[in-house]
Amino acid sequence: MNSARVEFRGLRRRFGSTVALDGLDLTVEPGELIALLGPSGCGKTTALRCLAGFEQPDEGEVLVDGADITRVPANRRDAGMVFQSYSLFPNLNARDNVSFGMRVRKAPAAKRHARAQELLELVGLPSVGDRYPHQLSGGQQQRVALARALALEPRVLLLDEPLSALDAKVRVTLREEIRRLQLSLGITTIFVTHDQEEALSMADRVAVLRDGRLEQVADPATLYDRPATAFVAEFVGAMNHLPGLVSGDGVTVLGQTLPVEGPSPDAAQADVLVRPEAVLVTPDAEGDGIVMVSSFRGSTARLRIRLGDGTEVLADVPGHDSARFAPGTAVRIGLVERPVLVSARSETGAAAAVPEPDVV
Amino acid sequence: MPLLVFVVIVFGVPMLVLLGGTFTKEGTFSTANLTESLQGAYLTALFGSVKLSALVAVLGGVLGTFLAQAVVTSRFRALREAVLTASGVLANFGGVPLAFAWIATLGNSGVVTTTLGLGQHGWSLYNFWGLTLVYLYFSIPLQVLTVVPALDGLRPQWREAAQNNGASTWQFWRYVGIPVLTPALLGGVVLLFGGAFSAYATAQAMVGSTVPLVTLKIADALTGNVLIGHENVALALSLDMIVVAGLVMAVYLPLQRRSARWLR
Repeated sequence: MNSARVEFRGLRRRFGSTVALDGLDLTVEPGELIALLGPSGCGKTTALRCLAGFEQPDEGEVLVDGADITRVPANRRDAGMVFQSYSLFPNLNARDNVSFGMRVRKAPAAKRHARAQELLELVGLPSVGDRYPHQLSGGQQQRVALARALALEPRVLLLDEPLSALDAKVRVTLREEIRRLQLSLGITTIFVTHDQEEALSMADRVAVLRDGRLEQVADPATLYDRPATAFVAEFVGAMNHLPGLVSGDGVTVLGQTLPVEGPSPDAAQADVLVRPEAVLVTPDAEGDGIVMVSSFRGSTARLRIRLGDGTEVLADVPGHDSARFAPGTAVRIGLVERPVLVSARSETGAAAAVPEPDVV
Repeated sequence: MPLLVFVVIVFGVPMLVLLGGTFTKEGTFSTANLTESLQGAYLTALFGSVKLSALVAVLGGVLGTFLAQAVVTSRFRALREAVLTASGVLANFGGVPLAFAWIATLGNSGVVTTTLGLGQHGWSLYNFWGLTLVYLYFSIPLQVLTVVPALDGLRPQWREAAQNNGASTWQFWRYVGIPVLTPALLGGVVLLFGGAFSAYATAQAMVGSTVPLVTLKIADALTGNVLIGHENVALALSLDMIVVAGLVMAVYLPLQRRSARWLR
């Protein structure tokens, strides 16, 4: 299967007064799996639909291997797509769904059925060929949809939140399956998701979009450890906003002085962005903090700690330690000695230090 | 249980009376009424009704579906609401008022007929085609009402998935759209057939006995319009109608069941 290089160049798309894409520039290398990540309305699905041919950009171009396909009709594009859910044709069984593209190309029935069976085996469903979509589980339906998208051997695979309607366990299994297939086929894949965990665990690179623009594109580790902007830092993973005092190349936060990652703000007062796993917590009856909420997550537990000055801090501790940090426990906190991202102090001051309540 | 009682009273009792009358001639059991109902003018009327109903069902089904699709895909919300409201009213417009509206408009002395001088060009509303036109007036809106919810239920991602697999618009409809819509389309067509097949007042007011229809023959036999003592032939004709409706359902139900399983 050939894989293609995909380029979005200056893509703009408006829906009435809403700007969905505002000059998106992004290149996807051949054989790469790139995740488009962002909050609702950031333009990630619109970008994918422009590539699939279901949307026409107002400005800009979509190129596949250098060829401009912006005005090519959707049914003549070389891209297979898996939709969010319920996209299998209800009147066709799994085999006929997979071989639909070959049927419209008038391939002989024997050939297309053999190919469909091959693909169903590839997605781990060798025995469901005769079943109709309503007889398949959500996960099975999406596997069949994946097989259908691969049937015509497209050079680009488009995945539009294909796991969002599935339960957590199936989601994890299927995302591993998709990644395994993508690697074995070497197909250029663009994966739209609003789930950061999905994006970080599957993609070679993650492109974070905000208001129709590209905020940052990087490999998952860089994106997480070295977010280019406060928005990325905030959106990818949980983040504490702690009040700090910048001086020279360092910033003083919670009594510790840490080196600053990237540019420092002009003002001395700043928000210091610290991941919950970079907060060290120790039970200490004399400590300044009190555990308000402890949320057990299996391998870790996330604590919401209130400090003496009212600042709230999120901290991750190993799951097996969670019993030591029951709500009401007095603790002392410190920060891991590593460079931190600093942004200009938000106007709301101390309130900004309080992370979103739903992250605990 | 209450439903059963209701069904027995509303359907069972009339059915028994109908069967009893059909197979009774001069106080004894006989199939003469049934035989008579399937001969001569009665058979012609039965065929006339089937022909008219089938034509109205097919034309109304096709035109109503196109209109419904135009409404569903329209970007103008107000147009959709207007068409659906009008359909709701017109689908229930029948009987003598409907006949009068058409007679006053396109009858021999109708406003449009006289204004455009249609009479000089051989136009007449009082024949088979005129009756077809009038029946379509309530049948098309009925088909719109039946099909719009089904068209709304066609998921956009089915069309997009078909396009993504290289299908043209026609191929989408051929392989996916029409098969998925089949239960609703068939349901609509059967409904239209039934409506036209059982219509009486409009035809009576418009064409009298000019166009042979079974419902008009039933009325004639019951009222002794042509011959007296034919009341039981009217019941036999009613039984013929039930058989025709049963045959239509015998074709419709298996097709409907086959299509409906996809949408469970």
